[in-house]
Amino acid sequence: MDFQVVVLAGGVSKKLLPLVSHELPNALLPVANRPVLSYVVELLELSNLKDLIVVVEGKDTALNVGAWISGAYADRLHVEVAAVPEDVGTAGAIRAIARHLYAKDILIVSGDLVSDVPIGAVAATHRRHDAVVTALLCNTPVSGPLESVSSGGKDKAKKPGRYDLIGLDPTKQFLLHIATGAEVEKDLRIQKSILRSVGQVEIRADLMDAHLYAFKRSVLLEVLDQNGEFHSLKHDVLPYLVRSQLKSEVLLNGTPQAEENGTEKVISQSNQQMLSQILANASEPTFHLRHELSTNGSDSVRRTHKCCVYIAGSNKYCARLNSLQAYNDINRDVIGEASHLSGYSFSSHNNIIDPTAELGAKTTVGPHCMLGEGSQMGDKCSVKRSVIGRHCRIGANVKVVNSVVMNHVTIGDGCSIQGSVICSNVQLQERATLKDCQVGAGYMVTAGSDCKGELRFGDHGRRSKEI
Amino acid sequence: MGAPKKSAARVSEDHDELVRVPLQAILLADSFTTKFRPITLERPKVLLPLANVPMINYTLTWLESAGVEEVFVFCCAHAKQVINYLEKSEFNQPNFTVTTIESQNCVSAGDALRVIYERNVIQGDFVLISGDTVSNMSLTQALLEHKERKKKDSNAVMTMVIKRSKTHPAIHQSRLGTDEIFMAIDPNSKQLLYYEDKADFSKGTLHLENSLLADNPSLSLHHDKQDCYIDICSPEVLSLFTDNFDYQHLRRHFVKGLLLDDIMGYKIFVHEIRADYAARIDNFRSYDTVSKDIIHRWTYPLVPDVMNFGNTATKLERQGIYRGSDISQAQSAVVGPFSVIGSGTKIGKNTKILNSVVGIGCKIGSNVHIEGCYIWDNVTIEDGCELRHAIVCEGVIMKSGSALEPGVVLSFKVVVGQEFVVPPYSQVSLLQQPVEEDSDEELEYADSTSAITSTVDKSDGETASELLDGHFTPASELGFGGAGYVWPKCEGGHEEEWRHSVAPITEDKILEAVKAMEDELELIHDGSILPPSGELIPNPNDSDDDDNDDLRDDFDKEVEATFLRAVLENIQENHLTLEVNSLKLSYNKVAADCAGALFYAMMKYAVDLPHSSADGLVQNVHVVLTKWKKVLASYLNDTDEQIEVILKFEEICLESAKEFAPLFTKILHYMYNEDIIEEDAILSWEDEKKDADEADKVFVNQAQPLIQWLKEAPEEDDEDEE
Repeated sequence: MDFQVVVLAGGVSKKLLPLVSHELPNALLPVANRPVLSYVVELLELSNLKDLIVVVEGKDTALNVGAWISGAYADRLHVEVAAVPEDVGTAGAIRAIARHLYAKDILIVSGDLVSDVPIGAVAATHRRHDAVVTALLCNTPVSGPLESVSSGGKDKAKKPGRYDLIGLDPTKQFLLHIATGAEVEKDLRIQKSILRSVGQVEIRADLMDAHLYAFKRSVLLEVLDQNGEFHSLKHDVLPYLVRSQLKSEVLLNGTPQAEENGTEKVISQSNQQMLSQILANASEPTFHLRHELSTNGSDSVRRTHKCCVYIAGSNKYCARLNSLQAYNDINRDVIGEASHLSGYSFSSHNNIIDPTAELGAKTTVGPHCMLGEGSQMGDKCSVKRSVIGRHCRIGANVKVVNSVVMNHVTIGDGCSIQGSVICSNVQLQERATLKDCQVGAGYMVTAGSDCKGELRFGDHGRRSKEI
Repeated sequence: MGAPKKSAARVSEDHDELVRVPLQAILLADSFTTKFRPITLERPKVLLPLANVPMINYTLTWLESAGVEEVFVFCCAHAKQVINYLEKSEFNQPNFTVTTIESQNCVSAGDALRVIYERNVIQGDFVLISGDTVSNMSLTQALLEHKERKKKDSNAVMTMVIKRSKTHPAIHQSRLGTDEIFMAIDPNSKQLLYYEDKADFSKGTLHLENSLLADNPSLSLHHDKQDCYIDICSPEVLSLFTDNFDYQHLRRHFVKGLLLDDIMGYKIFVHEIRADYAARIDNFRSYDTVSKDIIHRWTYPLVPDVMNFGNTATKLERQGIYRGSDISQAQSAVVGPFSVIGSGTKIGKNTKILNSVVGIGCKIGSNVHIEGCYIWDNVTIEDGCELRHAIVCEGVIMKSGSALEPGVVLSFKVVVGQEFVVPPYSQVSLLQQPVEEDSDEELEYADSTSAITSTVDKSDGETASELLDGHFTPASELGFGGAGYVWPKCEGGHEEEWRHSVAPITEDKILEAVKAMEDELELIHDGSILPPSGELIPNPNDSDDDDNDDLRDDFDKEVEATFLRAVLENIQENHLTLEVNSLKLSYNKVAADCAGALFYAMMKYAVDLPHSSADGLVQNVHVVLTKWKKVLASYLNDTDEQIEVILKFEEICLESAKEFAPLFTKILHYMYNEDIIEEDAILSWEDEKKDADEADKVFVNQAQPLIQWLKEAPEEDDEDEE
């Protein structure tokens, strides 16, 4: 396939502090004991997309990510790691690597995507409609721990969050409207011209843009080039393309480029209609075409471009690791209901315990749990729905529920950890109780302390005063 | 107590179930518009023939077949004609009663429904329809849905019938000639969330409130639906019209009013029909479209060969030609496909009739060309005439060689002179165009108010025109021997006459519209409507802040005006306090706001009083403050309020009246002496300003001597006490 893949892996996101640091950038944050970036890379590999450019923010990040990739995938994939300055935005990142792009279509995917949506299908949709952009949409995740979801029916505050407002045509193939970010909370403004030519627009609040796009390269680069103020693909470039789809500016400007327009110019309008019908696999011409042809033979044919969507099926998993809540949710899902994503084979108890891990007497590890290699657990411990990393030392009478414990963590006797994330090299002294906490790497929690809903920064946060 | 109540409720519920309420319908035999003028000056719209049968017949026949048992026909304009017609026809049957309700002074559907409410005849759910509707839909499903919804949610008061219909994207109207409609519908519950007709073309975006999406994960926006104007209503609808006496138009006021008003929570739902036919004849274009649909049998069983209302039988021949009996047609005459020829009509040699409806008893000469026309009964067309896409009413005479260009409407008994060509889109009548030209809004409802109409109303339409015929001086407007006035085209209203005429829309008009649409798109991309994405995320609180500012300004102005009035009219202090108190309540303010505003008003007044020097100004302040001290003091019970006054004073010195700036300390001291401002307030004011910028501390610094003195003073007091 003539697709080039760009993975935007970011740098050190403020939203994920204290979990991330310069040593552990977003891309390498472990999900079920594997860097999150590996999920995207392996998903791409499944669709036979092996030629990747991974764009990260900052030189340090580039070194760390590069080292990991060359270790993990050197033999199978061809991956280039490119560093861009921080805070250039996704649009800036593409501008920075523009000269490396040569394929007809570019697939841009966020490095924090954890999904099993066939990317090849997105690419095929893009090609079939000859679209300028195709976006992957998925159902909005229901966040929060599982228990509250089941009881969420009565609780009004617990309704699924709203991320984007998306307008689709009745066939659900074309993207007609998108409101993201702060616009979501504002009143809806729909272009009447689009509504007129389509007839019916379905506005959906239960779908979100998963930040996986296929762009036509020439269009993307032209838009980025001409709109220097565009900062983000999601907030600027995509809405711009959606807005202007019935009066395309992108293909009209300058001399027509041979690769897209040359063919269209040559074939007559009726041929074009037929061609497009075959391409669209539809019995009637799409509204774009009708719009183009409705000039009734006036001098200029109207230019349109298509913005398509691929909607992930409801049985597909699709989530982005872009918040602390999402981190907990994704870890829970990857060893739980979406366990096929983790790539591990689960035991008959529906959990994964590395053979090198040692369990004390009367210690139970429940289903949907994971215990990394070389970790030791004392007597009478209980682990439920949690991930425990490598080489952890866990004392006796420790309870770990709905939590993530990274590598080399020491947990003293009688500790209780619920709904929390414990980063690497953290030391928990005896009888510490943590509920809904995030503890940064290298931190020490003193004996008997009781924390609830706190963020604790590790050494890297330079705030290592003890609790 | 509880038990009997409960059982009573249950009994009444059972009662509801047991008593079968007959299905009722309200048929509005007046459209309250003027779109069919000049024809409707002489005859009500519901009696105009559609494929040679009056429109109201279609509506009543459908109601009867749909299971409606009782119809209330509301007549307003030309009520006598409608009543006479209904009496003559045989609609009243044992299980189908037609009752007429007459009212002379209604100008809108809203008025009509209020009149019906007063009559107290509607007992249950009813069908609201206007007498110009043609439909063959089955009401069963829609009624069932309505009842089910009503049971679950008593606020579901209305079900609107809609039908899919593509609107032309460029000229913004449907094939029925009605304006485009934007609707938002909840795809699951079918609740109508937004309705916009009479769309403002200049606005490129549709504005939906965010709250619409709050409860629904999705909603569909429709531009491809046509409103059939068939509504299934609960009895509450009538009382709603009575409660909201300003509701006039069914859609523009009632539907929009219900959708916007979220206090009562009334809901409107839609029922979409797919295979069935339903359309309302709103204008000449829909007259044309619906006639064609009838001839093409989309409205079966409401087609000419089935609907024999006392007419001699009409027979359907091949190619969709309907013929009445006793037609004499010359051998060489051609009647093209999809035409209707009424009984007793004579057609001369070499005459061509294509795609047209010809009424009963017409005389058509030879070498006549008729295409796409609607020719009513007893029309005489002499040799060599040419008619294209025109409506020709009863009794019209076209002298030989005359011609009608597309879009012409000839009202009753007009005579077109020899060789005369009536220009396109002309409207010709024996009656002159009513002169009163009110605002657009009035025009919509002014059907029965025009002087001429009322004269026609008094007598029967026919006799009226005969009467007029008598002293009618043949106008030369229609050529030699012609009779009739060509209505002057008034600006604006008829600018867009092509939209609603029977003539097909010409290509150049479409091209024009397409061009306009391009411009509109251009506009959007200029960013004047949708901001360029860089500005897409302005501070969401912007607007709110503005609102608050506006409110405060209003309040300040009000207080100032009140104060000035008090000064000028010498109003007593306690009265002024009362007035300010009422303002405080109505603007939802606190005492501090009143104090600030009042103080501002006083200072402004002091400045405006004549004064020659700074001393004079201080003197003025003294006078004003002494006089109105009590009023101000009543809002200064608290240190915070006093601080507000000091801050206000600072603001005045900085912005509105800089003359005060050098006198700040002096006046502050005076206020302290007068006990308007207390020591604590001044000290806490200084305290508040401690961390402020230097620029903000100008006045604190100026007042420093006073503050120092105050700080020392209490110690002295203490010492004194000791």
